[in-house]
Amino acid sequence: MSNLDSIIQSCKEAAFDLDFKRAKAWKEGAPGRTLVGYLPIYMPREIVHAAGGLPVGIFGGGDRKPIVKGDAYYQSYICHIPRSVMEMVLDHQMDHFDGFVFPSICDVIRNLSGMFKQHGFGRFVKYLDLPQNFVPEIGGRFYVHEMEHILRYLREVNGKEVTTEDLNHSIRLYNRNRELIEQIYDLREEFPWRLSLEEWYYVLRAGTVIPVEEHNEMLHVVLEAIRQPIGTPQDRVKVVLSGAFCEQPAIGLIRAIEDAGCYVVEDDLMLGSRMILGPIDDQSDDPLEAIALAYLTRSRYSSSIYDVHQPKEDRLEALVRQRNASGVIFASASFCDPSLLDAPIFQNAFNVRGLRYIAFQYSENINQFKVIKEQVGAFADSIKLWEDEPAEVSIA
Amino acid sequence: MSKEAIKEKSMILQKEMVEGLFNELDRVQETGKKVCYTFVPGNLSELIRCFDMLPVYPEINALQNAMRKKSAGYIKEAERHAHSEDVCTYVKCDIGMMIKGNVGPTGSKIPDPDVLLLSYTGCFTFMKWFETLKRSYPNAEVIMLHTPYQENGEMTPEMTAYMVQQLEQEVIPKMEKVSGVKFDPEKLKKILGLAREAQDWIARIFETTKHRPSPIDAYFAGVYYIGPINIGFRGTPEAVAYYKELYNEIMERVLQGLGPITPEGEMPEEKYRLVVEGPPNWTNFREFWKIFYDMGAVIVASSYTKVGGVYDLGWRHDPDRPLESLAEYCMNCYTNLNIPQRISLLSKLIKEYHADGYVTNSIKSCNSFSAGQLAMMREIEDKLEVPVGFIESDLVDPRYFSYSNIKNRLESYFQMLAQRKFIHETQNA
Ligand code: SF4
Repeated sequence: MSNLDSIIQSCKEAAFDLDFKRAKAWKEGAPGRTLVGYLPIYMPREIVHAAGGLPVGIFGGGDRKPIVKGDAYYQSYICHIPRSVMEMVLDHQMDHFDGFVFPSICDVIRNLSGMFKQHGFGRFVKYLDLPQNFVPEIGGRFYVHEMEHILRYLREVNGKEVTTEDLNHSIRLYNRNRELIEQIYDLREEFPWRLSLEEWYYVLRAGTVIPVEEHNEMLHVVLEAIRQPIGTPQDRVKVVLSGAFCEQPAIGLIRAIEDAGCYVVEDDLMLGSRMILGPIDDQSDDPLEAIALAYLTRSRYSSSIYDVHQPKEDRLEALVRQRNASGVIFASASFCDPSLLDAPIFQNAFNVRGLRYIAFQYSENINQFKVIKEQVGAFADSIKLWEDEPAEVSIA
Repeated sequence: MSKEAIKEKSMILQKEMVEGLFNELDRVQETGKKVCYTFVPGNLSELIRCFDMLPVYPEINALQNAMRKKSAGYIKEAERHAHSEDVCTYVKCDIGMMIKGNVGPTGSKIPDPDVLLLSYTGCFTFMKWFETLKRSYPNAEVIMLHTPYQENGEMTPEMTAYMVQQLEQEVIPKMEKVSGVKFDPEKLKKILGLAREAQDWIARIFETTKHRPSPIDAYFAGVYYIGPINIGFRGTPEAVAYYKELYNEIMERVLQGLGPITPEGEMPEEKYRLVVEGPPNWTNFREFWKIFYDMGAVIVASSYTKVGGVYDLGWRHDPDRPLESLAEYCMNCYTNLNIPQRISLLSKLIKEYHADGYVTNSIKSCNSFSAGQLAMMREIEDKLEVPVGFIESDLVDPRYFSYSNIKNRLESYFQMLAQRKFIHETQNA
């Protein structure tokens, strides 16, 4: 097995281990270490790291977790991820977590934070209210208070006083993480056959459950490996995958999209790990302020950020052009309000602008994709056939 | 039960207020008044009034369209424009109405917004809604007031300071710019004083249901009572007069030992007292209500009547802390409370209002309410040992109101309540 293959294999195991064994082993490796579970989309992992903790992404049970108790907590018309998260926590799969952070993303995640509080899961539960005001002296200040609140909770757990240097050190590590990730995206844009979306997804998602130091080493090896001319190019169209930023599609669906004739060269699957564009200042006297400023001024667009001053359709179009993609696949989790409410904004704009797209819905626990695969195949074929013609709009 | 609905003086006062607002909206071309689209939860009525703007509440238009059987067509229209079947039907009804020419429920065209004021309380969909509207009204000024969620069951000084800063540096300057009216702190104070009075009255009104029989239905009639305080009249002498009149009328009923008035007249016997969680269904509002009053069930308290402000726990606007109290008001609306706070408020209502049962009406397209309702219900059932009922419907999409399902479920529920009552009475005999 090549180095690349063994990394992919190990990432696959880590990313889909619903018992979070790697994180648990890490915690047991030294006294004072803490585990903080966080939900999509974005949280500043730097602060947990600086406080001697490991931030651990919770992306639901996918198609590997039968739901027995979770359905009793959620009506049929609510997306799937909260019920699988409830199932996991009730099954004691997160007993070793010290606390949980629920970033502001939608009403479901927000109310789930209250259910965690009500049940007393973890030693703390923090709903992280990310600012919707983008003035540094207003929204930035509030965001700093929110981060300080998390740090207070962490201090109550392990007693560690976080210094400026601790924070700057963590910022450096995550800057490097984001940089390596973007370099791999850039290379994949040019040579997408060298690392499939499925393989890349394992590597990327593993980064949410293992220490950043380890992940950086892995990313470095992956980057070097795909700099080599490996794999064989296929006749596929480059596309952007958009809308799957929270509840994750089953791996079979991710595979099916590429197998149906596409190369996904840009996506928002692990949006939180890439939220900040460019490095955060790692020399600051006030690192929390630096993190806040980066979020306010250099974030990717997201369905949970009020966008009227930077319309998301413009930003997605720019991304499509930057990645030389021929179209967009809008994939929304069923009943996902943020994604589904954004869909008409994107699609109505793309109709006018002549950008090709297809749209469908999925659920994390469904792994039958025959229809979706056929639709994506037809979409890819239409792009190949009519490359020079005006866009045919396809709404699934 | 008499079939004649009686028009009380308070009803006439309310009708006059609402008609007055719609007349003013009709005349903005002549008067030059600016139009502010905003939402009920966390509405800044006092500030809008301070700048002589006229409010438009898209969700109120949606629910009124539903009551007039117009929402189905508008929802279909929105779905033709790429809106999903599974999202908030208020949004789709509003977007459909806009696509069809923005003719409001009363039949006259609703003027375009000069400002989209989003105070973003307790519901992420509001944010998506205004993002969508902004695309249709590119010239409208956009004002965002981010209301922090009471995630830890409290309003911290940092949260209040964040909101006050936004009010001072973003909201007020932009409202001055749009309206051309200079901010007058004294005027705001006066308006807040009147708002406080109206809040005192409405709190008293909702407390009258502690009487047996309850003189009013705090849900089905309650949604009418909260109209003026939620749709822009808070802070006016008219609202104070309305609530005072309403209170007196209700107290008259208490003195006479009368139960609530329903669309078919007076409810003859109060058999069950319920607390209801969740918004009502609007498309079949009368039928929905009838299921309850036919069974002798009266709603003594509901969470929905608190979406535009929770006054039960003593909070009021404070003219001496004008901006702080606007901030606190926004943070203190029901859907901005966390799940433990909601459970504790509902439990208090069940106990203090001597409810026999607790019913959840779960709305298909409203995650702000629905996500967590089942857990809340279980918690309340376990802690208070109160019989719980669960039904599902939707806000304004008639496709999701199944009369027979709801009726069957409620009938079984009322049977259970009857048995319990019987056992209880036999034991106490
Ligand atoms: S899938 Fe969508 S609606 Fe569900 S929790 Fe995630 S963001 Fe919220």
